[in-house]
Amino acid sequence: MYAQMIQSEATTEDAEQLAAFQARIDAGERIEPKDWMPEGYRKTLIRQIGQHAHSEIVGQLPEGNWITRAPTLERKAILLAKVQDEAGHGLYLYCAAETLGISRDDLTEQLLSGRMKYSSIFNYPTLTWADVGAVGWLVDGAAIMNQVPLQRTSYGPYSRAMIRICKEESFHQRQGFDIMMKMAQGTEAQKRMAQDALNRFWYPSLMMFGPSDAESIHSTQNMAWRIKINSNDELRQKFVDQTVPQAEFLGLTIPDPNLRLNPETGHYDFSEPDWGEFFDVLRGNGPCNADRMEARQTAWSEGQWVRDGLMAHAAKKRARRVAAE
Amino acid sequence: MSNEWPLWEVFIRGQHGMSHRHVGSLHAPDAEMAIKNARDVYTRRNEGVSIWVVPAAQIAASSPSDKGPLFDPSRSKVYRHPTFFDIPDDVGAM
Ligand SMILES: [Fe+2]
Ligand SMILES: [Fe+2]
Repeated sequence: MYAQMIQSEATTEDAEQLAAFQARIDAGERIEPKDWMPEGYRKTLIRQIGQHAHSEIVGQLPEGNWITRAPTLERKAILLAKVQDEAGHGLYLYCAAETLGISRDDLTEQLLSGRMKYSSIFNYPTLTWADVGAVGWLVDGAAIMNQVPLQRTSYGPYSRAMIRICKEESFHQRQGFDIMMKMAQGTEAQKRMAQDALNRFWYPSLMMFGPSDAESIHSTQNMAWRIKINSNDELRQKFVDQTVPQAEFLGLTIPDPNLRLNPETGHYDFSEPDWGEFFDVLRGNGPCNADRMEARQTAWSEGQWVRDGLMAHAAKKRARRVAAE
Repeated sequence: MSNEWPLWEVFIRGQHGMSHRHVGSLHAPDAEMAIKNARDVYTRRNEGVSIWVVPAAQIAASSPSDKGPLFDPSRSKVYRHPTFFDIPDDVGAM
């Protein structure tokens, strides 16, 4: 997902306090920034919300790649709006993370030094315009699967950020599907591009949910804290079940010879993605890891004089106002 | 050295006649930029007709541990609600 494989942090507080905290969560209460919370809950949330925020920010890059080359002015305006939304999503989430006692600069620094991750999916390139369609349809589609339940997460600021984000995501997926429809109904060459985009984005999209966590202790703890709501396999299955009929509607073929509707379960059986590739991408060896990090480094270092200049200007204005009083 | 932009809390009036509501926060060097950024971050879909920004450091908040002393006393004052009083139907709307 946008936050993949979040390890839960150990917690060492006394049992009575922990039980009272767990009881609040079990009762469906929201935990707010100034409330008492276990250290492990706080640290795990910083990692999860931080990774989610970084994913929104880095996630602008693959689509941003096509803004200047969108096929029409209307498509360009739509893509700009979509990418701008993702910047907004990053900002909502950074602010939620900051309520847990980490600074924005700290979060940025941890992304740039590689100590914090972003979703594996954004390390794949967008080679053609059809890829922009596939990203909206599949990547935003997979993100929605995970974000909708997170609206009910136990941490108030995170939950409110997810509610805002979910309101905006549906536009993202629909504009992607709209591009895919156009391409799939277009010329033979356009249809081939659409199929090729699906071929390349299918398995990386399945990887977004992370490997099976049925036996993970981290997953169990995070579910008890309600910062994870569903298992990875559950969400992946939901995503496949929702997406296969959409691909059929487009007249495109999911690149999986084992894909079939299982009449007993009512769900689609499908092939697992290559988890070796997934871990390799997480280690930094995906096709675009270096590019993505370099783009963020450059944005940060070249923006330094702007950040400093505006602060200096604000200080000067303040001083003038004080002098005038 | 970190020269981080300060944090601002953002309040938006959604519609004429409604009060401003807290929607989130953002970083900005000064109030003017905070309002401009708030427009881009929090009102991309006509969510507002007016924006307030307040330096986050200027907000004083009650502490969670004061919840009892602050709010419990009003629990027992049920007579503050109109439904406490039984008025006969014959009296008509009241
Ligand atoms: Fe997003
Ligand atoms: Fe999105």
